[in-house]
Amino acid sequence: MQIYLPIAEVSVNALLLLGIGGMVGILSGMFGVGGGFILTPLLFFIGIPPGVAVASAANQIAGSSFSGLLAHLRKRTVDLKMGSVLLAGGLLGSGLGVMAYSALRKMGQYELVVSLLYVVLLGVIGALMLIESLRAIRRARNPNAALASRKRHTWAHGLPLKMRFRASQLYVSAIPPFVVGVLVGILAAIMGVGGGFIMVPAMIYLIGMPTKVVVGTSLFQFLFVTGFTTVLHAVENKSVDAVLAVILLVGGVIGAQIGVVLAARLKAEQLRVLLALLVIFVCLKLAADLVIRPAELFSIEAARG
Amino acid sequence: MIRRAALLLLALWLAAPVALAQETVVTGLSTENIALNATFDGSELFVFGAIRRDAPIPEDADPLDVIITIKGPVRPITVREKSRWFGIWVNRSAVRIRETPSFYAIASTRPMGDLLTETERLRYRIGMDQAVRKVESAPGVEDTRPFAEAVVRLREESGLYARLDGDVSLAEDTLFQTHIKLPSNIVEGDYVAEFFLVRDRKVISSGAAEIVVEKTGIERWLYNLAHNRPFIYGLFSVALALAAGWLAATAFRIAKR
Repeated sequence: MQIYLPIAEVSVNALLLLGIGGMVGILSGMFGVGGGFILTPLLFFIGIPPGVAVASAANQIAGSSFSGLLAHLRKRTVDLKMGSVLLAGGLLGSGLGVMAYSALRKMGQYELVVSLLYVVLLGVIGALMLIESLRAIRRARNPNAALASRKRHTWAHGLPLKMRFRASQLYVSAIPPFVVGVLVGILAAIMGVGGGFIMVPAMIYLIGMPTKVVVGTSLFQFLFVTGFTTVLHAVENKSVDAVLAVILLVGGVIGAQIGVVLAARLKAEQLRVLLALLVIFVCLKLAADLVIRPAELFSIEAARG
Repeated sequence: MIRRAALLLLALWLAAPVALAQETVVTGLSTENIALNATFDGSELFVFGAIRRDAPIPEDADPLDVIITIKGPVRPITVREKSRWFGIWVNRSAVRIRETPSFYAIASTRPMGDLLTETERLRYRIGMDQAVRKVESAPGVEDTRPFAEAVVRLREESGLYARLDGDVSLAEDTLFQTHIKLPSNIVEGDYVAEFFLVRDRKVISSGAAEIVVEKTGIERWLYNLAHNRPFIYGLFSVALALAAGWLAATAFRIAKR
Protein backbone atom coordinates (compact mmCIF):
# COMPACT_ATOMS: atom_id res chain seq x y z
CA MET A 1 0.00 0.00 0.00
CA GLN A 2 1.75 3.12 -1.23
CA ILE A 3 1.33 6.32 0.72
CA TYR A 4 2.44 9.75 -0.42
CA LEU A 5 4.40 11.67 2.21
CA PRO A 6 3.56 15.34 1.62
CA ILE A 7 6.81 16.90 2.91
CA ALA A 8 9.29 14.18 1.97
CA GLU A 9 7.55 14.22 -1.46
CA VAL A 10 8.05 10.52 -1.99
CA SER A 11 5.67 7.59 -2.14
CA VAL A 12 6.58 4.76 0.19
CA ASN A 13 4.92 1.56 1.30
CA ALA A 14 2.87 2.32 4.43
CA LEU A 15 3.30 -1.26 5.69
CA LEU A 16 7.08 -0.97 5.35
CA LEU A 17 7.00 2.21 7.45
CA LEU A 18 4.76 0.54 10.04
CA GLY A 19 7.18 -2.40 10.06
CA ILE A 20 10.20 -0.15 10.64
CA GLY A 21 8.35 1.71 13.40
CA GLY A 22 7.30 -1.65 14.84
CA MET A 23 10.81 -3.08 14.78
CA VAL A 24 12.21 -0.02 16.55
CA GLY A 25 9.30 -0.29 19.00
CA ILE A 26 10.16 -3.95 19.72
CA LEU A 27 13.76 -2.90 20.45
CA SER A 28 12.61 -0.18 22.81
CA GLY A 29 10.15 -2.53 24.53
CA MET A 30 12.79 -5.22 24.95
CA PHE A 31 15.79 -3.15 25.91
CA GLY A 32 14.34 0.12 27.13
CA VAL A 33 16.24 2.11 24.50
CA GLY A 34 14.52 4.82 22.48
CA GLY A 35 15.71 3.42 19.20
CA GLY A 36 16.09 6.75 17.37
CA PHE A 37 19.68 5.83 16.57
CA ILE A 38 18.50 2.86 14.52
CA LEU A 39 15.25 4.41 13.19
CA THR A 40 16.84 7.33 11.35
CA PRO A 41 19.43 5.30 9.38
CA LEU A 42 16.68 2.84 8.38
CA LEU A 43 14.71 5.79 6.99
CA PHE A 44 17.78 6.83 4.96
CA PHE A 45 17.97 3.29 3.54
CA ILE A 46 14.37 3.34 2.26
CA GLY A 47 14.91 6.62 0.44
CA ILE A 48 13.54 9.30 2.78
CA PRO A 49 15.68 12.45 2.30
CA PRO A 50 18.06 12.60 5.32
CA GLY A 51 16.88 16.04 6.42
CA VAL A 52 13.24 14.94 6.46
CA ALA A 53 14.15 11.65 8.18
CA VAL A 54 15.96 13.44 11.01
CA ALA A 55 13.31 16.12 11.60
CA SER A 56 10.43 13.61 11.45
CA ALA A 57 12.27 11.21 13.77
CA ALA A 58 12.52 14.04 16.32
CA ASN A 59 8.76 14.51 15.91
CA GLN A 60 8.20 10.76 16.39
CA ILE A 61 10.32 10.70 19.57
CA ALA A 62 8.27 13.57 21.04
CA GLY A 63 5.15 11.46 20.58
CA SER A 64 6.61 8.23 21.90
CA SER A 65 8.12 9.91 25.00
CA PHE A 66 4.77 11.39 26.00
CA SER A 67 2.85 8.29 27.10
CA GLY A 68 5.95 6.93 28.85
CA LEU A 69 6.40 10.21 30.71
CA LEU A 70 2.75 10.15 31.86
CA ALA A 71 3.29 6.69 33.35
CA HIS A 72 6.43 7.88 35.19
CA LEU A 73 4.68 11.03 36.45
CA ARG A 74 1.98 8.82 37.95
CA LYS A 75 4.62 6.75 39.71
CA ARG A 76 6.45 9.96 40.80
CA THR A 77 9.71 8.78 39.28
CA VAL A 78 10.53 12.08 37.53
CA ASP A 79 12.97 14.59 39.02
CA LEU A 80 11.39 17.74 37.58
CA LYS A 81 14.11 20.05 38.87
CA MET A 82 16.93 17.96 37.41
CA GLY A 83 14.81 17.55 34.27
CA SER A 84 14.51 21.33 33.96
CA VAL A 85 18.29 21.83 34.18
CA LEU A 86 18.79 19.12 31.53
CA LEU A 87 16.03 20.72 29.47
CA ALA A 88 17.54 24.22 29.64
CA GLY A 89 20.74 22.76 28.22
CA GLY A 90 18.75 20.73 25.70
CA LEU A 91 16.92 23.76 24.30
CA LEU A 92 20.22 25.60 23.80
CA GLY A 93 21.75 22.51 22.18
CA SER A 94 18.75 22.03 19.91
CA GLY A 95 19.00 25.65 18.72
CA LEU A 96 22.71 25.23 17.99
CA GLY A 97 22.04 21.91 16.24
CA VAL A 98 19.35 23.33 13.94
CA MET A 99 21.66 26.24 13.02
CA ALA A 100 24.46 23.78 12.24
CA TYR A 101 22.01 21.69 10.19
CA SER A 102 20.94 24.68 8.06
CA ALA A 103 24.53 25.76 7.47
CA LEU A 104 25.62 22.24 6.48
CA ARG A 105 22.67 21.83 4.14
CA LYS A 106 23.51 25.06 2.34
CA MET A 107 27.04 23.77 1.80
CA GLY A 108 25.68 20.45 0.52
CA GLN A 109 27.56 18.57 3.25
CA TYR A 110 24.74 17.67 5.63
CA GLU A 111 24.31 14.15 4.29
CA LEU A 112 28.03 13.47 4.66
CA VAL A 113 28.26 14.83 8.20
CA VAL A 114 25.18 12.96 9.41
CA SER A 115 26.45 9.71 7.85
CA LEU A 116 29.88 10.14 9.47
CA LEU A 117 28.30 10.94 12.84
CA TYR A 118 26.12 7.84 12.57
CA VAL A 119 29.06 5.62 11.62
CA VAL A 120 30.98 6.81 14.70
CA LEU A 121 27.98 6.70 17.02
CA LEU A 122 26.71 3.28 15.93
CA GLY A 123 30.22 1.89 15.88
CA VAL A 124 30.83 2.97 19.48
CA ILE A 125 27.38 1.91 20.74
CA GLY A 126 27.52 -1.42 18.91
CA ALA A 127 31.02 -2.24 20.19
CA LEU A 128 30.17 -1.25 23.78
CA MET A 129 26.94 -3.26 23.70
CA LEU A 130 28.70 -6.29 22.30
CA ILE A 131 31.43 -6.18 24.96
CA GLU A 132 28.91 -5.55 27.73
CA SER A 133 26.56 -8.35 26.68
CA LEU A 134 29.39 -10.86 26.23
CA ARG A 135 30.57 -9.93 29.70
CA ALA A 136 27.05 -10.38 31.05
CA ILE A 137 26.82 -13.83 29.51
CA ARG A 138 30.13 -14.76 31.15
CA ARG A 139 28.95 -13.31 34.47
CA ALA A 140 25.74 -15.37 34.27
CA ARG A 141 27.88 -18.49 33.92
CA ASN A 142 30.11 -17.46 36.80
CA PRO A 143 27.86 -16.03 39.53
CA ASN A 144 30.79 -15.38 41.91
CA ALA A 145 32.12 -12.47 39.83
CA ALA A 146 31.75 -9.16 41.66
CA LEU A 147 29.26 -6.59 40.34
CA ALA A 148 30.58 -3.09 39.75
CA SER A 149 29.10 -0.64 42.23
CA ARG A 150 27.83 2.81 41.34
CA LYS A 151 30.20 5.57 42.31
CA ARG A 152 28.40 8.17 44.44
CA HIS A 153 31.08 10.83 44.25
CA THR A 154 32.73 11.91 41.04
CA TRP A 155 34.78 14.91 39.93
CA ALA A 156 31.53 16.42 38.68
CA HIS A 157 30.42 16.94 42.28
CA GLY A 158 33.25 19.36 42.98
CA LEU A 159 32.05 22.05 40.51
CA PRO A 160 30.40 25.32 41.61
CA LEU A 161 26.72 26.35 41.17
CA LYS A 162 25.45 23.64 43.47
CA MET A 163 21.74 22.93 43.57
CA ARG A 164 19.61 20.64 45.69
CA PHE A 165 17.65 17.98 43.77
CA ARG A 166 15.19 16.49 46.25
CA ALA A 167 13.75 13.72 44.08
CA SER A 168 17.26 12.47 43.32
CA GLN A 169 18.49 13.10 46.89
CA LEU A 170 21.47 14.99 45.50
CA TYR A 171 23.26 18.26 46.22
CA VAL A 172 25.41 18.74 43.13
CA SER A 173 26.61 21.34 40.65
CA ALA A 174 24.12 22.24 37.90
CA ILE A 175 26.92 22.48 35.32
CA PRO A 176 27.32 18.77 34.40
CA PRO A 177 23.58 18.15 33.77
CA PHE A 178 23.37 21.41 31.77
CA VAL A 179 26.32 20.41 29.57
CA VAL A 180 24.91 16.90 29.09
CA GLY A 181 21.59 18.54 28.12
CA VAL A 182 23.32 20.74 25.51
CA LEU A 183 25.08 17.74 23.98
CA VAL A 184 21.86 15.72 23.79
CA GLY A 185 20.01 18.70 22.25
CA ILE A 186 22.61 19.05 19.49
CA LEU A 187 22.35 15.33 18.70
CA ALA A 188 18.53 15.52 18.61
CA ALA A 189 18.62 18.35 16.05
CA ILE A 190 21.38 16.97 13.79
CA MET A 191 20.79 13.24 14.04
CA GLY A 192 17.15 12.78 15.01
CA VAL A 193 17.89 10.76 18.13
CA GLY A 194 16.60 11.20 21.67
CA GLY A 195 20.08 10.77 23.10
CA GLY A 196 19.29 8.29 25.86
CA PHE A 197 22.47 6.34 25.11
CA ILE A 198 24.46 9.37 26.29
CA MET A 199 22.11 10.83 28.87
CA VAL A 200 21.26 7.71 30.84
CA PRO A 201 24.90 6.66 31.50
CA ALA A 202 25.81 10.30 32.25
CA MET A 203 22.97 10.59 34.77
CA ILE A 204 23.95 7.39 36.55
CA TYR A 205 27.72 7.48 36.46
CA LEU A 206 28.57 11.20 36.14
CA ILE A 207 25.80 12.91 38.10
CA GLY A 208 25.08 9.95 40.37
CA MET A 209 21.28 9.94 40.14
CA PRO A 210 19.37 6.97 41.59
CA THR A 211 18.37 4.57 38.79
CA LYS A 212 14.64 4.73 39.52
CA VAL A 213 14.32 8.41 38.46
CA VAL A 214 16.68 8.19 35.48
CA VAL A 215 14.25 6.96 32.83
CA GLY A 216 11.34 9.24 33.82
CA THR A 217 13.60 12.29 34.01
CA SER A 218 15.19 11.59 30.64
CA LEU A 219 11.73 11.13 29.06
CA PHE A 220 10.77 14.53 30.46
CA GLN A 221 13.82 16.06 28.77
CA PHE A 222 13.28 14.17 25.46
CA LEU A 223 9.66 15.26 25.18
CA PHE A 224 10.39 18.97 25.37
CA VAL A 225 13.72 18.94 23.53
CA THR A 226 12.45 16.88 20.58
CA GLY A 227 9.20 18.89 20.52
CA PHE A 228 11.22 22.11 20.40
CA THR A 229 13.53 20.62 17.75
CA THR A 230 10.52 19.66 15.63
CA VAL A 231 9.15 23.22 15.69
CA LEU A 232 12.60 24.68 14.89
CA HIS A 233 13.09 22.29 11.95
CA ALA A 234 9.58 23.07 10.70
CA VAL A 235 10.29 26.82 10.75
CA GLU A 236 13.93 26.79 9.60
CA ASN A 237 14.02 23.93 7.12
CA LYS A 238 10.40 22.89 6.43
CA SER A 239 11.52 19.30 6.75
CA VAL A 240 9.07 17.82 9.28
CA ASP A 241 6.76 15.20 7.78
CA ALA A 242 3.91 14.76 10.25
CA VAL A 243 2.38 11.87 8.27
CA LEU A 244 5.68 9.98 8.40
CA ALA A 245 6.03 10.64 12.14
CA VAL A 246 2.52 9.43 12.95
CA ILE A 247 2.87 6.17 10.96
CA LEU A 248 6.19 5.44 12.68
CA LEU A 249 4.62 6.23 16.04
CA VAL A 250 1.72 3.85 15.60
CA GLY A 251 4.12 1.10 14.49
CA GLY A 252 6.38 1.93 17.41
CA VAL A 253 3.66 1.73 20.06
CA ILE A 254 2.47 -1.64 18.76
CA GLY A 255 6.07 -2.87 18.54
CA ALA A 256 6.85 -1.77 22.09
CA GLN A 257 4.01 -3.94 23.44
CA ILE A 258 5.32 -6.93 21.51
CA GLY A 259 8.84 -6.15 22.74
CA VAL A 260 7.79 -6.19 26.41
CA VAL A 261 6.19 -9.62 25.95
CA LEU A 262 9.21 -10.96 24.04
CA ALA A 263 11.66 -9.66 26.63
CA ALA A 264 9.87 -11.61 29.36
CA ARG A 265 10.11 -14.86 27.38
CA LEU A 266 13.58 -14.69 25.88
CA LYS A 267 17.05 -14.52 27.37
CA ALA A 268 18.09 -10.90 27.64
CA GLU A 269 21.83 -11.44 27.22
CA GLN A 270 21.54 -13.28 23.92
CA LEU A 271 19.09 -10.64 22.63
CA ARG A 272 21.51 -7.92 23.55
CA VAL A 273 24.14 -9.60 21.38
CA LEU A 274 21.65 -9.59 18.49
CA LEU A 275 20.89 -5.91 18.97
CA ALA A 276 24.61 -5.13 19.11
CA LEU A 277 25.13 -7.02 15.85
CA LEU A 278 22.24 -5.16 14.22
CA VAL A 279 23.71 -1.81 15.28
CA ILE A 280 27.13 -2.81 13.93
CA PHE A 281 25.57 -3.99 10.67
CA VAL A 282 23.80 -0.64 10.12
CA CYS A 283 27.08 1.12 10.96
CA LEU A 284 28.98 -0.93 8.38
CA LYS A 285 26.32 -0.35 5.72
CA LEU A 286 26.53 3.42 6.24
CA ALA A 287 30.34 3.26 6.18
CA ALA A 288 30.30 1.19 2.98
CA ASP A 289 28.02 3.76 1.31
CA LEU A 290 30.63 6.42 2.06
CA VAL A 291 33.63 4.44 0.87
CA ILE A 292 32.34 2.57 -2.18
CA ARG A 293 32.22 4.60 -5.37
CA PRO A 294 28.53 5.55 -5.80
CA ALA A 295 26.81 4.49 -9.02
CA GLU A 296 25.70 8.08 -9.53
CA LEU A 297 28.06 10.89 -8.62
CA PHE A 298 25.61 13.70 -9.31
CA SER A 299 22.65 14.79 -7.24
CA ILE A 300 19.97 17.43 -7.69
CA GLU A 301 18.85 19.68 -4.93
CA ALA A 302 15.78 21.85 -5.38
CA ALA A 303 16.10 25.41 -4.20
CA ARG A 304 13.35 25.38 -1.58
CA GLY A 305 11.20 28.45 -1.56
CA MET B 1 -5.00 3.15 -6.71
CA ILE B 2 -7.02 6.08 -7.83
CA ARG B 3 -6.06 7.07 -11.29
CA ARG B 4 -7.24 10.34 -12.53
CA ALA B 5 -6.86 11.24 -16.11
CA ALA B 6 -7.12 14.83 -17.09
CA LEU B 7 -8.69 15.09 -20.46
CA LEU B 8 -7.73 17.51 -23.10
CA LEU B 9 -11.06 17.67 -24.78
CA LEU B 10 -11.43 18.33 -28.40
CA ALA B 11 -13.13 21.56 -29.20
CA LEU B 12 -13.76 22.94 -32.61
CA TRP B 13 -11.59 25.83 -33.39
CA LEU B 14 -13.48 27.93 -35.83
CA ALA B 15 -10.86 30.55 -36.49
CA ALA B 16 -10.43 31.81 -40.03
CA PRO B 17 -8.18 29.53 -42.02
CA VAL B 18 -4.57 30.67 -41.96
CA ALA B 19 -3.53 31.62 -45.44
CA LEU B 20 -0.19 29.83 -45.58
CA ALA B 21 -0.77 26.77 -43.48
CA GLN B 22 -3.10 24.34 -45.07
CA GLU B 23 -3.07 22.14 -42.00
CA THR B 24 -3.54 23.42 -38.45
CA VAL B 25 -3.52 21.67 -35.13
CA VAL B 26 -6.74 21.88 -33.18
CA THR B 27 -6.45 21.68 -29.43
CA GLY B 28 -9.32 22.72 -27.35
CA LEU B 29 -8.72 22.37 -23.69
CA SER B 30 -10.88 21.37 -20.83
CA THR B 31 -8.89 20.03 -17.91
CA GLU B 32 -9.81 18.59 -14.65
CA ASN B 33 -7.21 19.62 -12.15
CA ILE B 34 -4.80 16.80 -11.47
CA ALA B 35 -4.93 15.88 -7.83
CA LEU B 36 -2.00 14.70 -5.74
CA ASN B 37 -3.56 12.99 -2.74
CA ALA B 38 -2.63 10.51 0.00
CA THR B 39 -2.70 7.52 -2.29
CA PHE B 40 -1.19 9.37 -5.22
CA ASP B 41 0.69 6.76 -7.14
CA GLY B 42 1.29 8.73 -10.25
CA SER B 43 -1.38 9.26 -12.85
CA GLU B 44 -1.77 9.28 -16.55
CA LEU B 45 -2.47 12.25 -18.72
CA PHE B 46 -4.52 11.52 -21.79
CA VAL B 47 -3.78 14.06 -24.50
CA PHE B 48 -5.53 14.20 -27.81
CA GLY B 49 -6.43 16.53 -30.64
CA ALA B 50 -7.16 16.82 -34.32
CA ILE B 51 -5.77 18.34 -37.48
CA ARG B 52 -7.92 20.74 -39.39
CA ARG B 53 -7.39 20.72 -43.12
CA ASP B 54 -8.66 23.17 -45.77
CA ALA B 55 -7.62 21.09 -48.73
CA PRO B 56 -6.94 17.41 -49.35
CA ILE B 57 -3.37 16.25 -48.78
CA PRO B 58 -1.34 16.43 -52.00
CA GLU B 59 -0.45 12.93 -53.15
CA ASP B 60 3.29 13.59 -53.20
CA ALA B 61 3.36 15.14 -49.70
CA ASP B 62 5.80 13.91 -47.00
CA PRO B 63 4.26 11.99 -44.11
CA LEU B 64 2.70 14.05 -41.33
CA ASP B 65 4.06 13.86 -37.76
CA VAL B 66 2.92 15.16 -34.42
CA ILE B 67 5.10 16.13 -31.44
CA ILE B 68 3.54 16.78 -28.03
CA THR B 69 5.53 18.21 -25.14
CA ILE B 70 4.44 18.71 -21.53
CA LYS B 71 6.47 21.08 -19.37
CA GLY B 72 6.17 21.51 -15.61
CA PRO B 73 6.84 24.68 -13.62
CA VAL B 74 10.35 26.05 -14.08
CA ARG B 75 12.49 25.96 -10.93
CA PRO B 76 16.10 26.77 -10.04
CA ILE B 77 18.19 23.84 -8.83
CA THR B 78 21.67 23.06 -7.56
CA VAL B 79 23.50 20.07 -9.03
CA ARG B 80 26.31 18.57 -6.97
CA GLU B 81 29.05 16.19 -7.97
CA LYS B 82 30.78 13.79 -5.58
CA SER B 83 34.46 13.00 -5.78
CA ARG B 84 36.83 11.02 -3.60
CA TRP B 85 38.28 12.88 -0.64
CA PHE B 86 40.37 11.12 1.99
CA GLY B 87 38.91 7.79 0.95
CA ILE B 88 35.24 8.76 1.12
CA TRP B 89 32.88 10.17 -1.50
CA VAL B 90 31.99 13.78 -0.83
CA ASN B 91 30.04 16.49 -2.68
CA ARG B 92 32.86 18.69 -3.86
CA SER B 93 31.59 20.76 -6.74
CA ALA B 94 28.22 22.37 -7.32
CA VAL B 95 26.59 24.16 -10.25
CA ARG B 96 23.46 26.27 -10.05
CA ILE B 97 20.97 26.03 -12.88
CA ARG B 98 18.54 28.87 -12.97
CA GLU B 99 15.90 27.49 -15.29
CA THR B 100 14.83 23.92 -15.61
CA PRO B 101 11.33 22.45 -15.82
CA SER B 102 10.39 20.20 -12.92
CA PHE B 103 8.68 17.91 -15.45
CA TYR B 104 9.34 17.45 -19.16
CA ALA B 105 7.95 14.89 -21.55
CA ILE B 106 8.41 14.77 -25.33
CA ALA B 107 6.09 12.43 -27.20
CA SER B 108 6.13 12.00 -30.95
CA THR B 109 4.72 9.82 -33.71
CA ARG B 110 8.18 8.72 -34.83
CA PRO B 111 11.63 8.76 -33.16
CA MET B 112 12.72 12.36 -32.68
CA GLY B 113 16.14 11.71 -34.23
CA ASP B 114 15.67 13.48 -37.54
CA LEU B 115 12.05 14.46 -37.32
CA LEU B 116 13.00 18.14 -37.35
CA THR B 117 15.83 20.18 -38.78
CA GLU B 118 18.20 21.47 -36.11
CA THR B 119 17.09 25.04 -36.78
CA GLU B 120 13.45 24.17 -36.28
CA ARG B 121 14.21 22.16 -33.14
CA LEU B 122 16.10 25.05 -31.56
CA ARG B 123 13.51 27.57 -32.69
CA TYR B 124 10.71 25.73 -30.93
CA ARG B 125 12.98 24.60 -28.09
CA ILE B 126 12.13 20.94 -28.36
CA GLY B 127 14.56 18.41 -26.83
CA MET B 128 16.13 17.45 -23.55
CA ASP B 129 19.12 19.73 -24.14
CA GLN B 130 16.65 22.60 -24.34
CA ALA B 131 15.19 21.79 -20.92
CA VAL B 132 18.25 22.65 -18.87
CA ARG B 133 18.96 26.30 -19.44
CA LYS B 134 20.90 29.12 -17.83
CA VAL B 135 23.63 27.05 -16.26
CA GLU B 136 25.69 29.36 -14.07
CA SER B 137 29.44 29.09 -14.02
CA ALA B 138 30.93 27.85 -10.78
CA PRO B 139 34.40 28.18 -9.30
CA GLY B 140 36.54 25.10 -9.90
CA VAL B 141 34.18 23.70 -12.54
CA GLU B 142 35.62 23.93 -16.04
CA ASP B 143 32.92 22.10 -17.92
CA THR B 144 29.32 22.43 -16.78
CA ARG B 145 27.98 20.10 -19.49
CA PRO B 146 28.20 16.91 -17.36
CA PHE B 147 26.08 18.68 -14.75
CA ALA B 148 23.37 19.57 -17.27
CA GLU B 149 23.46 16.02 -18.63
CA ALA B 150 23.18 14.64 -15.09
CA VAL B 151 19.94 16.59 -14.56
CA VAL B 152 18.38 14.94 -17.62
CA ARG B 153 19.72 11.50 -16.67
CA LEU B 154 18.60 11.66 -13.02
CA ARG B 155 15.19 12.99 -13.93
CA GLU B 156 14.68 10.41 -16.67
CA GLU B 157 15.43 7.73 -14.07
CA SER B 158 12.83 9.13 -11.68
CA GLY B 159 10.27 9.54 -14.47
CA LEU B 160 10.21 13.33 -14.31
CA TYR B 161 11.67 13.64 -17.80
CA ALA B 162 10.57 11.29 -20.54
CA ARG B 163 11.32 10.75 -24.22
CA LEU B 164 8.31 8.99 -25.66
CA ASP B 165 9.42 8.27 -29.22
CA GLY B 166 6.60 6.79 -31.24
CA ASP B 167 4.05 7.07 -28.44
CA VAL B 168 1.75 9.44 -30.29
CA SER B 169 -0.68 7.59 -32.52
CA LEU B 170 -2.04 9.35 -35.56
CA ALA B 171 -5.18 8.01 -37.22
CA GLU B 172 -6.18 8.88 -40.77
CA ASP B 173 -3.68 11.78 -40.71
CA THR B 174 -6.31 13.62 -38.66
CA LEU B 175 -6.78 12.42 -35.10
CA PHE B 176 -3.86 12.03 -32.71
CA GLN B 177 -3.58 10.87 -29.13
CA THR B 178 -1.08 9.83 -26.46
CA HIS B 179 -0.83 8.83 -22.81
CA ILE B 180 1.79 10.53 -20.65
CA LYS B 181 2.62 9.14 -17.23
CA LEU B 182 2.99 11.59 -14.37
CA PRO B 183 5.06 10.23 -11.45
CA SER B 184 4.01 10.79 -7.85
CA ASN B 185 6.76 13.27 -7.05
CA ILE B 186 5.73 15.96 -9.55
CA VAL B 187 5.38 19.46 -8.17
CA GLU B 188 2.28 21.61 -8.00
CA GLY B 189 1.77 24.35 -10.52
CA ASP B 190 0.91 25.26 -14.09
CA TYR B 191 1.94 22.75 -16.71
CA VAL B 192 2.03 23.61 -20.40
CA ALA B 193 1.18 21.16 -23.16
CA GLU B 194 2.50 22.11 -26.61
CA PHE B 195 1.49 20.52 -29.91
CA PHE B 196 3.60 20.65 -33.06
CA LEU B 197 2.52 19.50 -36.50
CA VAL B 198 5.51 18.46 -38.58
CA ARG B 199 5.85 17.89 -42.30
CA ASP B 200 9.08 17.81 -44.31
CA ARG B 201 11.15 18.36 -41.08
CA LYS B 202 9.43 21.68 -40.47
CA VAL B 203 6.83 22.73 -37.92
CA ILE B 204 3.79 23.74 -39.95
CA SER B 205 1.45 24.48 -37.07
CA SER B 206 1.59 24.60 -33.29
CA GLY B 207 -0.70 25.10 -30.34
CA ALA B 208 -0.51 25.18 -26.57
CA ALA B 209 -2.72 24.44 -23.62
CA GLU B 210 -2.38 24.74 -19.86
CA ILE B 211 -2.96 22.09 -17.19
CA VAL B 212 -3.14 22.86 -13.49
CA VAL B 213 -1.62 20.27 -11.14
CA GLU B 214 -2.61 20.65 -7.50
CA LYS B 215 -2.14 18.80 -4.27
CA THR B 216 -5.57 18.04 -2.87
CA GLY B 217 -7.06 16.79 0.32
CA ILE B 218 -5.12 16.52 3.53
CA GLU B 219 -1.78 16.45 1.62
CA ARG B 220 -2.37 19.85 0.07
CA TRP B 221 -3.45 21.20 3.42
CA LEU B 222 -0.37 19.88 5.21
CA TYR B 223 2.02 20.94 2.45
CA ASN B 224 0.63 24.45 2.29
CA LEU B 225 0.56 24.80 6.07
CA ALA B 226 4.17 23.60 6.28
CA HIS B 227 5.32 26.12 3.69
CA ASN B 228 3.12 29.10 4.44
CA ARG B 229 2.77 28.92 8.23
CA PRO B 230 5.69 26.75 9.35
CA PHE B 231 5.43 27.71 13.05
CA ILE B 232 1.78 26.65 13.27
CA TYR B 233 2.63 23.50 11.31
CA GLY B 234 5.48 22.68 13.72
CA LEU B 235 3.18 23.03 16.75
CA PHE B 236 0.52 21.01 14.96
CA SER B 237 3.02 18.21 14.18
CA VAL B 238 4.09 17.99 17.81
CA ALA B 239 0.48 18.04 19.05
CA LEU B 240 -0.45 15.35 16.53
CA ALA B 241 2.47 13.14 17.62
CA LEU B 242 1.60 13.57 21.32
CA ALA B 243 -2.04 12.72 20.65
CA ALA B 244 -1.15 9.70 18.49
CA GLY B 245 1.39 8.38 21.01
CA TRP B 246 -0.98 8.82 23.92
CA LEU B 247 -3.98 7.34 22.08
CA ALA B 248 -2.09 4.27 20.91
CA ALA B 249 -0.67 3.61 24.38
CA THR B 250 -4.05 4.13 26.05
CA ALA B 251 -5.77 1.85 23.55
CA PHE B 252 -3.28 -0.88 24.43
CA ARG B 253 -3.74 -0.38 28.16
CA ILE B 254 -7.51 -0.70 27.82
CA ALA B 255 -7.17 -3.71 25.51
CA LYS B 256 -4.98 -5.46 28.08
CA ARG B 257 -7.54 -5.19 30.89
